[in-house]
Amino acid sequence: MSDGTVAVGDAPPPADPPEPPGPPPGGGGGGGRHGREPDPHRVGDLVRMFVRGLGQLLVTAGVIVLLFVVYEVYVTNWFAHREQHRVHQALEQEWSKGELALPESGLAALDGHGIANLYIPRFGEDYAWTIVQGTNDADLEKGPGHYDGTQLPGQKGDFALAGHRVGKGEPFLNLDKLRAGDSVVVETQTTWYVYCVIGAGTDHAACDPSAPGASLSNTYADPSGTKVPGREIVSPSDGNVILPVPSDPAVPAQQATVRYLTMTTCHPKFTAAKRMIVHAVLGRTIPKQAKGNGRYDDTIPAQIKALYTEVGN
Amino acid sequence: MYVWLWRHLPGGLALKMLQVLVLFLAAVALLMFVIFPWVEPHLPINNVTVPGQ
Repeated sequence: MSDGTVAVGDAPPPADPPEPPGPPPGGGGGGGRHGREPDPHRVGDLVRMFVRGLGQLLVTAGVIVLLFVVYEVYVTNWFAHREQHRVHQALEQEWSKGELALPESGLAALDGHGIANLYIPRFGEDYAWTIVQGTNDADLEKGPGHYDGTQLPGQKGDFALAGHRVGKGEPFLNLDKLRAGDSVVVETQTTWYVYCVIGAGTDHAACDPSAPGASLSNTYADPSGTKVPGREIVSPSDGNVILPVPSDPAVPAQQATVRYLTMTTCHPKFTAAKRMIVHAVLGRTIPKQAKGNGRYDDTIPAQIKALYTEVGN
Repeated sequence: MYVWLWRHLPGGLALKMLQVLVLFLAAVALLMFVIFPWVEPHLPINNVTVPGQ
């Protein structure tokens, strides 16, 4: 058997020597032109070249796809952190100079500009993002973005944010890890706002991350009659979740009575099939000490520091 | 195509390998800094927003 195999395998090389006489007619005459069968060796070469080329192409495509994943998961994060650092520095500088008091309207003019800082004790002390105005692609590459047309931090209505879940700094990577009663802290130039993720009861004066039986599907009863859950998964086209009263188009901003914060990101991870929405309600408001000339004391108050020990990370 | 490239690179084995490495890194850089950032916005994988008002 093995002899036979070897013989078959070795057959071409011995056949080659007789070939040289062959090619001249083949080359000069243009192959099959003479009506004779095409040279089997030439056909074999072509097939081999084609298969090899196809293989190399597929391997190359595979490597490119892998590199794209690396790009999405790592490289975009480097870019985003650089941008985030830039907007954060700019915001700190404006605050220290006493500039940038947020206008009541015309916020869109600040597109791509830092407007506030976001802290979530559940995600640890390192979790700090400067929120930029606007939610287009360029805005969201810098950090979480504030939807144009939604309310400002602490206002009645909805302070709505969007953020990337995978890559681009991934500010909302762990949005699904938030629990009912967790605090979400927003720092503006003048004030610390502590929002509480809905679900841990009706008293949001103090967020309660360890409320017994608290579930994100527990709802907050808005005075308008709408029930707002702590977390919901909605279709990408459901813009109602960032209304002044989430999911209640009947209530205009002027008639809103509750101060919400809403965060949106993609769901499940790596896809854009759905949106994950987390709603929170304003609990405490801690004004900063005015230092004159539009400047404020920006040391972190003890009540905010205490939130980090409460979640017991 | 890689065979063709390898045959046409000048120099000995070490020099060829060095050139291949440089070419590979150049291709990766082109992908990471030009092509991927350009392609990405056209892919539906990064949408995190809902329609605003």
